[in-house]
Amino acid sequence: MNVFMNVHAIRAIYRFEMARMWRTPTQSIAAPVISTSLYFIVFGSAIGSRIAEVEGISYAAFLVPGLIMLSVLTESVSNGSFGIYMPKYSGTIYEVLSAPVSPLEVVIGYVGAAATKSVILGAIILATARVFVDFGIQHPLWALAFLVLISVTFCLFGFIIGIWADGWEKLSMVPMLIVTPLAFLGGSFYSISMLPPLWQKIALLNPVVYLVSGFRWSFYGVSDVNVAVSLGMTLLFMLACLGVIWWMFRTGYKLKA
Amino acid sequence: MHDPGRSAEAQGQPILSIRGLTKTYASGFQALKGIDLTIRRGEIFALLGPNGAGKTTLISIVCGIVTPTSGTVLAGGYDIVRDYRAARSLIGLVPQELATDMFETVWDTVTFSRGLFGKPRDPAYLEKVLRDLSLWDKRGSKIMTLSGGMKRRVMIAKALAHEPEILFLDEPTAGVDVELRRGMWDMMRGLRERGVTIILTTHYIEEAEEMADRVGVINRGEIVLVEDKRTLMRKLGRRQLTLHLQSPLEAIPPALADVPLELAEGGHALVYTFDVQQESTGIAALLRRLNELGIDFKDLQTTESSLEEIFVSLVRSR
Ligand SMILES: Nc1ncnc2c1ncn2[C@@H]1O[C@H](COP(=O)(O)OP(=O)(O)OP(=O)(O)O)[C@@H](O)[C@H]1O
Ligand SMILES: [Mg+2]
Repeated sequence: MNVFMNVHAIRAIYRFEMARMWRTPTQSIAAPVISTSLYFIVFGSAIGSRIAEVEGISYAAFLVPGLIMLSVLTESVSNGSFGIYMPKYSGTIYEVLSAPVSPLEVVIGYVGAAATKSVILGAIILATARVFVDFGIQHPLWALAFLVLISVTFCLFGFIIGIWADGWEKLSMVPMLIVTPLAFLGGSFYSISMLPPLWQKIALLNPVVYLVSGFRWSFYGVSDVNVAVSLGMTLLFMLACLGVIWWMFRTGYKLKA
Repeated sequence: MHDPGRSAEAQGQPILSIRGLTKTYASGFQALKGIDLTIRRGEIFALLGPNGAGKTTLISIVCGIVTPTSGTVLAGGYDIVRDYRAARSLIGLVPQELATDMFETVWDTVTFSRGLFGKPRDPAYLEKVLRDLSLWDKRGSKIMTLSGGMKRRVMIAKALAHEPEILFLDEPTAGVDVELRRGMWDMMRGLRERGVTIILTTHYIEEAEEMADRVGVINRGEIVLVEDKRTLMRKLGRRQLTLHLQSPLEAIPPALADVPLELAEGGHALVYTFDVQQESTGIAALLRRLNELGIDFKDLQTTESSLEEIFVSLVRSR
């Protein structure tokens, strides 16, 4: 065994988690494809025909990055939380706790797999959107970077919720009451500049605004907030999540008696 | 399974050494009160104790599932907190509660366990483990389709997947039928032959009597006895001779005051207690003297106290 990293363990956890995704292809692939299609039919076609252009981009095209973000955020949180909540719930967590693995390795395994799913999901939605709308990506590498960074960050956030939750209700509470509303209000469907001045200021308190804005910039080169600020906010949130997880493992919070 | 790189000195060391271990749960309940316990390399150690004595707590701390309040544990010479990687690689655990993934296949779950404990793939070894546990035919089955006894064997297979040197079995034969239990005993003996140290808890005393080299009794968070099983049986194993009398006695006749006798069954029986290890049991002399005193009996029987009685008396006397 490698003295510094238990690579076999990371691989085992990662494989196990990915296998779970392939076992439920309807939930992991078909569901996002269908819901994205519905969004495009309803928002893109029906409403889009009344909104000519947003910041010089057709409304349907404007929607694409926002919709990807919306799905990636919610899926990341739910995947990230489910992965660690399940073994806690079923009792199989004993094996991970008794294994020669460091918290970092556990996180890389679980969050790595959850984030991989989110990135795959983002790609699927992107491909589905291409069927409905014609658009290009100005900075593909930045788009990928944002997608990966945001997936990892929100999977970490989900991981925290998975450890914290001691019931199914709590598990779905945070995604439903916090993440989804923030994502909807985060400029997925509109530009912040379309809001009244006061609401524009309030909107800036919503972290999702920075993510959507940065991601949209990588597509079309336009953004509500400075890209560097977007990137900085994402990294900051990621570090905060890592800090919380580190604390949880160090104290054994809700993991060890 | 011995690591040839390890010094001969290390081989002679106890495989597990527990010093001053205490555990107070968040509820304020003190489940362990200063446990000192040494487990020898290659032995089968049976940990007995009534429900709630602290057996699972003790095992969980050694395995890293529960955080100790104070004290130290060395596994193979490695501190379980400071050198947790090295210590845990040596340990396999079969927990008391059945907890397995439901949708995984048997093969996938043992492969997962091996990887999790940092070992490279070794299908041949895993095949052997599954065959030994009569699970090879079920390797492709989802775990949820297995019976309870099979699931427990899957958990044993998972614990063995990384070739541990120390195996903890927390009530391995609870809910397992007689035949299977014998099979498990054989498996444990096989493991011991290969040098694996086994620590098992059980409520079936005959299991400890059958399997263990040494027995430890824990009660209310304290180790009340650790003894070689044979010594224990010899030391505490008393035999009793019960004589059913023709006519009841009011009291032990004064002439027999020097003999360890008791009246039972309302004076209808005399119970004579003697040590198995004594050269002469004194039975012949007793019978002669009874005859002289004119005490007739219609029946007699001897009983040997089992580990179970020893255990019950130990736990009760506290
Ligand atoms: N997480 C916990 N929080 C508080 N108290 C606990 C916790 N886990 C166990 N205990 C208490 O600690 C004591 C020892 O429990 P433990 O599970 O170690 O007993 P045991 O010897 O394994 O019993 P059994 O034979 O029933 O399995 C019990 O009184 C139990 O109620
Ligand atoms: Mg127990």
